[in-house]
Amino acid sequence: MSPKTLYDKIWEAHLVHEAEDGTSLIYIDRHLVHEVTSPQAFEGLRLAGRPLRAPDKTIAVPDHNVPTTPDRVNGIENEESRIQVEALDRNARDFGVHYYPVNDIRQGIVHIVGPEQGWTLPGMTVVCGDSHTATHGAFGALAHGIGTSEVEHVLATQTLIQSKSKNMKVEITGKLGPGVTAKDITLSVIGRTGTAGGTGHVIEYCGEAIRALSMEGRMTVCNMAIEGGARAGLIAPDEKTFQYVKGRPHAPKGAQWEAALAWWKTLYSDEDAHWDKVVTIRAEDIAPVVTWGTSPEDVLPITGRVPAPEEFKGGKVEAVRRSLDYMGLTPGTPLSEIEIDTVFIGSCTNGRIEDLRAVAAILKGRKVKEGLRAMIVPGSGLVRARAEEEGLAEIFLEAGFEWRLAGCSMCLAMNPDQLSPGERCAATSNRNFEGRQGRGGRTHLMSPAMAAAAAVTGRLTDVRDLM
Amino acid sequence: MKKFDKLTGIAAPLPQINVDTDMIIPKQFLKTIKRTGLGVNLFDEMRYDDDGNERPDFVLNKPQYREARILVAGDNFGCGSSREHAPWAIADFGIRCIIAPSFADIFYNNCFKNGILPIVLPQEQVDILMKDAEKGANARITVDLEAQTVTTSDGDTLTFEVDAFKKHCLLEGSTISG
Ligand code: SF4
Repeated sequence: MSPKTLYDKIWEAHLVHEAEDGTSLIYIDRHLVHEVTSPQAFEGLRLAGRPLRAPDKTIAVPDHNVPTTPDRVNGIENEESRIQVEALDRNARDFGVHYYPVNDIRQGIVHIVGPEQGWTLPGMTVVCGDSHTATHGAFGALAHGIGTSEVEHVLATQTLIQSKSKNMKVEITGKLGPGVTAKDITLSVIGRTGTAGGTGHVIEYCGEAIRALSMEGRMTVCNMAIEGGARAGLIAPDEKTFQYVKGRPHAPKGAQWEAALAWWKTLYSDEDAHWDKVVTIRAEDIAPVVTWGTSPEDVLPITGRVPAPEEFKGGKVEAVRRSLDYMGLTPGTPLSEIEIDTVFIGSCTNGRIEDLRAVAAILKGRKVKEGLRAMIVPGSGLVRARAEEEGLAEIFLEAGFEWRLAGCSMCLAMNPDQLSPGERCAATSNRNFEGRQGRGGRTHLMSPAMAAAAAVTGRLTDVRDLM
Repeated sequence: MKKFDKLTGIAAPLPQINVDTDMIIPKQFLKTIKRTGLGVNLFDEMRYDDDGNERPDFVLNKPQYREARILVAGDNFGCGSSREHAPWAIADFGIRCIIAPSFADIFYNNCFKNGILPIVLPQEQVDILMKDAEKGANARITVDLEAQTVTTSDGDTLTFEVDAFKKHCLLEGSTISG
């Protein structure tokens, strides 16, 4: 047999049909659904009088629109958001899918809930009408975002029409330095390859520094594969993966567990597998980074300075001019002198318990800089409960952070948590696009520890100075 | 879904790179539970100022481009979120074809579900079409999907690649496409 990549193996295990031109039909093991990209798909099924093909493989949770303030138990004030969440309530009930409604403690961001509940398992195909589905790749699952028409297709048939992507290997060798995290890895990769660097490819992340990451860190890395343009990100499962999965509510048990484990252990890229593209980065060369522009590829070490448009080539020159103008930044300014107004900690990139622990480690005994708005939005109700048990929530409140309920919140600002024009935010989310966190809002992406450090000093800060 | 075979129309130039789906249709318009009516909010934050007035210098607000049917754009068009609201808004505005050096994967796929043809051409050829588009309303570009050609207003013909199955789906107006 010819050597295969992990992606090749998962693809082949799910291939239902392949046409001559390469157009393929693949089977989908898990379909995650949220309120924003699904109403039109369910409506389509209703109009066609079709049932759901596999309701037991479909998991729904409202996250994008939900308020994260405690008063949400009394209902959602914004009418359009309420209608969308109510539509999901009704669709979940009518079509009989697994559902975690707003007031269920297990509710949270769909990409945090899936792994937490054991829905995401190695070797699976996972889709969701959301580009950050890439997150689930951390388990060695082929996971990617789809559009609403495809959501409807999967609801109706449990299959998806796809063409196979190319294989790209991103290897991170060596060991990370102090204060450098999974977020710095994933941002640095995008900084190196660009937001279109992975287009048409599925990325497998490997190497010593990736192996050393916890499952949560690996989720952070894969989460942003899409920002690098890739269809999906993957990490081969190992003992850490199996330990993480074991005992979760929907993970296999008993004999099924043993059978699954035997298969999972075959999920790695063969020694001589063919790669269409290879990128290697030394972990020692990765510093704590921040973004300075309006594209996730605009990444620099915190010790750097705002670049000038002339330092770039082609269409990027104009793009940098535009983004510096939007961001209100002058070339040559040290990044660590940029003052911020707001800190947002949360999202499917960095809303898990280890992220919150990292934040607490910096905040302990310190205060949020006066006048700053600072908020922590846990990724799920269970993450929130855990943080309270561990005493992290106290540290956050003591420091002057708001401590919210679970949801996407200011990652995309569809709920009331938004930036005002010109407001500058240190954020642990994944997109710094114009207007992403609110019209005219200015976003700097970074790790949770870096965001905590910024909250303390009121400016972008090298977390190593506070360690 | 509308069929796509041949299209002759005004092309609007949008030379920016990395146009993301948040720019194409900002999140405040994702609260709809319908697919229609998003055209007025296409490129909302670039098209209107904070008071909701049109910004006269944005390409689709210029008199000569209001009826644009084709968009000529920069590299990595449609990156970011998987929201199909982006092609819904583009189609609702009346644009049926986007030409760029590259597209983000999910957006590219979503276009075919909505009767929009995304065409990938090398940068030099996109540059030619960009210049053509900048001539305004007199410069009409023709796109022929069957023949896989784009013809400039000067009559120069460029050919493009498209996957056979996706082409078939657009020609037939079928939504079952990859
Ligand atoms: S947290 Fe942000 S990126 Fe993640 S699913 Fe929600 S909106 Fe999307």
